[in-house]
Amino acid sequence: MEILVCIKRVPDTSENEIAVNRDGTDIERDDLVYSVNEWDNYAVEEAIQIRDKVGGSVTVITVGDEEDEEVVRREMAMGADNGLLLSDDAFKGSDGRGTAAILKAAVEKGGYDLILTGAQADDGAGQVGGMLAAMLDWPYASLVNFIDIVDDKKIKVGREIAGGNQEMSEIDLPCVLSIQTGINEPRYVGIRGIRKVASIEIPVHNAGDLGITADTVGASGARTKRLDYFVPEPGEGAEILEGSTDEIIDKLIELLKAKGGIK
Amino acid sequence: MAQQIFAYIIHRNGVIDDTALELISAGRKLNPDGSVTAVVAGDGANLDTVCKDIASSFHEVWKIDNEALAYISAEVLRPMLTRILPKESIVLIPHEHFGMDLAPGLSIKLDSVYLPDVFGFKGIEDGKLKAVREEYLGQVSTHVLCDISKGAVITVRPGSFKADESKGTDGNIIDKTAEALKGGLPGGARRFLEIVEAEVGDVDITKSDVLVSVGRGIEDEENLEIIFDLAKAMGADVSCSRPIVDAKWLEKSRQVGTSGKTVKPKVYLALGISGAFQHLGGIKGAPFIIAVNKNPKAPIFQAADVGVVTDILDFVPELTDRINEVKG
Repeated sequence: MEILVCIKRVPDTSENEIAVNRDGTDIERDDLVYSVNEWDNYAVEEAIQIRDKVGGSVTVITVGDEEDEEVVRREMAMGADNGLLLSDDAFKGSDGRGTAAILKAAVEKGGYDLILTGAQADDGAGQVGGMLAAMLDWPYASLVNFIDIVDDKKIKVGREIAGGNQEMSEIDLPCVLSIQTGINEPRYVGIRGIRKVASIEIPVHNAGDLGITADTVGASGARTKRLDYFVPEPGEGAEILEGSTDEIIDKLIELLKAKGGIK
Repeated sequence: MAQQIFAYIIHRNGVIDDTALELISAGRKLNPDGSVTAVVAGDGANLDTVCKDIASSFHEVWKIDNEALAYISAEVLRPMLTRILPKESIVLIPHEHFGMDLAPGLSIKLDSVYLPDVFGFKGIEDGKLKAVREEYLGQVSTHVLCDISKGAVITVRPGSFKADESKGTDGNIIDKTAEALKGGLPGGARRFLEIVEAEVGDVDITKSDVLVSVGRGIEDEENLEIIFDLAKAMGADVSCSRPIVDAKWLEKSRQVGTSGKTVKPKVYLALGISGAFQHLGGIKGAPFIIAVNKNPKAPIFQAADVGVVTDILDFVPELTDRINEVKG
């Protein structure tokens, strides 16, 4: 099975407090720790497990620039066979639709049976997988937390729905799936693994290679535009307990008792 | 605004989802003078019940009635909606697991703008809508501007608009089934099989009065011990947020949130939980919420009654010791 996994390099929210810069045009990017989007990492792990079971190859792909190559390399260290970087000045500032259009052009140059994306990334939109599927006219399932390969024509997938329940379906290949966290346990990537792939050349495709007209993607093609970043005016919010740890604990125990929190 | 606004109505087993009436308010925010048309799909008697109910809130209800919609797959519904919705429509869809399955592809098929997970509208100027959404798991918000004059698909965060309970309307129900089926029954490439119900765990957190809930701030599986010790001292049950279940440190039946359990405790102690809206969506019944988190900007502090800004790994063992002392 030929599997393509779409990944994104993002500021790591478990490593950083995200703050807004002074004029609100961006987040504060100094000293940010970046990593591969958490959902994408589960998607790559799933792809590797499928390949190990039924054969084929895993290709990881991202839209970005030289900086983004590091996440492609990291996922190759994890076990992906190939990496692809789609990079062009014309791609900068793409919205979700633009990103999906760029990926679609790359998909049409390959012969993939299955495309995986993360269910969402740093912007919380969860849009690229569904858009890509619609552009390709391939079937789609989102929030997938279970995959079983039935044969080379169809697979069985589980979608995470409300209340911890799971919606099982059969879906024909080729298809696009967005992967939910928790579907597997992504393997650890050590320094040695990273070193092994450090010198592998990762092919770069630009707008011309992909046959993309510049003004359909990037900032000029974007239909949505982020105006600013801001931190909402705090509402009443929580009463923050201050003082020494002892004082805080005294107050907390008093509150817990009053509210029936200690039996 | 000349464009028609549609609200996609989610219902399950004949019961209309809370989001239905919230979309009326959202639509009115987009066009105070206009009305919102409900779109509802389903099968037979269940659908009739839903339509009748919805018609008391919406002036116009479009229904699609087909046995293939007894359990609705987004893959079946999306082409149907593409057939019946006028170009340039504004389509409001709840941002939950079904809406997320349906909406991105629908925006492509309708060739309209897509705005995901919106929770506020700041007005329209020259056909351009300014909407509010969040990024980085709720740590920062953004204003997004887009031209909706050629249509838009907008997923609306559940609970972000007040439900319009006014009722009293006797809406017109219009059957759009024939139009939706023109060209045949779509979506055959994805076939629904069954729902696998969540496993029942050893603790039913939906029945707990006091919950000690743990999140990513616990850092390591071994550290969970301090959470169970505290819960034991308080006489509480242990629940958790999603990352703990993803890491397989606790069973799914202990997860609070829209994709986990909905809980209704009296007291909810959130330890090292950032407070993403999906997590908060699983806490009902207005409990007294205490949050402990080392990040003062964590969204959980907006939802909590009382907060402590500190590292749970240091704080929790001390709290446990003192509770045990007090209890003697």
